[in-house]
Amino acid sequence: MQSHPIESSAPSGRAYLALAAAGFKRYATYREAMVAAVVTNTVFGFLRFAVMLAVLDAGARTVAGYSEPQLATFVWAGQGLIGVVLLWAPLDLAERIRSGDVVTDLLRPIDPVWQMLAADLGRAGYAAVTRFVGPVAAGALVFELYTPRRLVTYALFACSALLATIVCFGCRYLVNAAAYWLLDARGPNTFWTLTSGFLGGLYFPVWFLPDTLAAGLIVLTPFPSVIQIPLDVLVERGSPGLQLALLGVQAGWVVTILALCHWVQARGERKLVIQGG
Amino acid sequence: MADSTLAAYRYLLGAQVRSQSQYRASFAADVVGSLMFGVIDVASVLVVFRVTPTLGGFGFAEVFLMTALAGCAFAMADLAVGNVERLRQYVRSGLLDALLVRPLSALAQLAAMDVATRRVGRVAFGVIMVAVAAAHAPVPLTPARLALLVVTPVAGAMIFGAVFVATATVAFWWVESGEVANGLTYGGLNFTQYPITIYGTLFRRLFAYAVGFAFVAYYPTLTLLDRADPLGAPAFLGYTSPAVAIAAVTAAGLTWRAGVRHYRSTGS
Repeated sequence: MQSHPIESSAPSGRAYLALAAAGFKRYATYREAMVAAVVTNTVFGFLRFAVMLAVLDAGARTVAGYSEPQLATFVWAGQGLIGVVLLWAPLDLAERIRSGDVVTDLLRPIDPVWQMLAADLGRAGYAAVTRFVGPVAAGALVFELYTPRRLVTYALFACSALLATIVCFGCRYLVNAAAYWLLDARGPNTFWTLTSGFLGGLYFPVWFLPDTLAAGLIVLTPFPSVIQIPLDVLVERGSPGLQLALLGVQAGWVVTILALCHWVQARGERKLVIQGG
Repeated sequence: MADSTLAAYRYLLGAQVRSQSQYRASFAADVVGSLMFGVIDVASVLVVFRVTPTLGGFGFAEVFLMTALAGCAFAMADLAVGNVERLRQYVRSGLLDALLVRPLSALAQLAAMDVATRRVGRVAFGVIMVAVAAAHAPVPLTPARLALLVVTPVAGAMIFGAVFVATATVAFWWVESGEVANGLTYGGLNFTQYPITIYGTLFRRLFAYAVGFAFVAYYPTLTLLDRADPLGAPAFLGYTSPAVAIAAVTAAGLTWRAGVRHYRSTGS
C-alpha cells in the first residue's frame, strides 16, 4: 500500500479543526450514553472513595502524602478523567483493519494518525464539559474536595489533562494497530485495560507502592501519564517545580508515543491485507 | 426437562466451546488475560494493606478471605452468564427474535451461546485464592465450616448471576443504557471485596441489604472466622447466603419474564 502521496500539499489546520468539531458533535449526539457513563463513573467513585476513607479512618492523617480532601479530589476528578482521556474504548480501528474498511481512511490526503487524534480531541472537549463535570459535581456534593491553593494549578491541570488525552489516544491507537498483524486486538486490549488501571493510578494512587517503584513507573512507563500525573498536578502534590517536571514527563511520552504511532502505522500499512468482497 | 431439550442445550454449549478453543494461541492468551483480572483484584487489596494495617475494623487475613470469596463467586457468574450484557445488541439488532421463536428458553440459549470459556482462567484462580485465604486466615477445619466454605462461592455466584441477568434486562426498556449495568455487576465485585463497614449508610443499605451483596462474602466470612458483626447482625446470617441466592435468582427470573413480555421486535 502506497503511503499518502499527496502529503506534500499539507492539509490546512482547518481540516483538523473540522475533524475535531465533528468529533465533538458526534459524541454530543449520544446523550443517553453520556448520562449512563456519568452515572456509572459516579457509582465507582463512591466505591473507590469508601476504601480511601477506610484507610484514613484506620488512624493516619495522611496516606502516601495525600490528605483526606486531596484523596477525595484524586478519586472524583479521576472518575471524571476516565471519560476525558477515554481510558476504555471500543476497538473501532481494529475492527476497521480486520474488515478492510480502514482503506477509506488511508485514501484521504491526510495523515491517519493526525486525523484520528483531531477527532479524539474533539471528543475529549465534549467529555471535559460533561463526563468530567458530572462525577466531580457528585463528589463535591457529598464530600469535601481539595481545591488548588495556587491559581496557576488550574492552567497546569488543563495542560496535563490535554497531554494525558494525547498519551491515552496514542496507547489506544497502538493497541488497535496490533490488528494489522493479529487481525484482532483483544489480547493487547486486555493488557492495556489491566495495566492502565492497576499501574496508572486509577485503582489506587501509584504512591501506595514503594517510592522507587512508583517513581520508576511514572517516568519509565506511559500509564501514570494518563491518570496519575494529571491528578497529582491537580491536588498539588509537590511544588510548582515538580508539577512542571511531571508535565515534562507527559510531554516526553506524547512525543515518544506519537512517533511510535507513526512508525507502527507505516509498518502496518505495508502489512495490510484488504479483505476481498 | 425432557432429554431432547437437554441435548439441545448441550449441543449449543458444545458448539460454542469447540469454536472458541479452535485458535489455540488466541484462546490461551485469553485465558491468561482473564486470570490476570483475578490477580489484579487480589493485588489491589495487598497494595491497600501496604498503607494501612486495618480496613473498616478488619485485618488483612479477613479482608483477603472476603476478596477471595467475592472474586471466586464473580468469576463463576461471569463465566456462566456474564455475556448476557450483550442482550442490548440483540435487542437493537432484532437478533433476539431468532431465539424467541425456538422452543427453548431464551435466557438459557443466551447463556449457552455466549458462554465465555476463556473465563475458566479467572475461576481457577478464584478457587485457588479461596483455598489460600482460608488456610491463611485460618478457617477452623470443622465439617460445618468446610461446607460453608464450599457453598459460599456457589451462592455468591448465584447472586452475581441474578444481578447480571436483572441488569441486562434493563435493555428491554432502555436500549441505550450503555455501561450503567456495570455499576452493579463490576461495581458489585468491588463492593463485596471489602467489609461492608467501610461504606456509607445509603450505599450499604442499597448494595449490601437491598441487592444482597453482604451475603456474597461479608456475612459468610464473619461466620467462617467466628467474628461478631461490628454492625450488630446476628451470627446465623453467615449460613443464609443460599436462601438469599435463591431469592435473588427468583427475582431476576421474574424481571426477565417481564422484560421479554415487554419486548417489541425491531421488525427488520
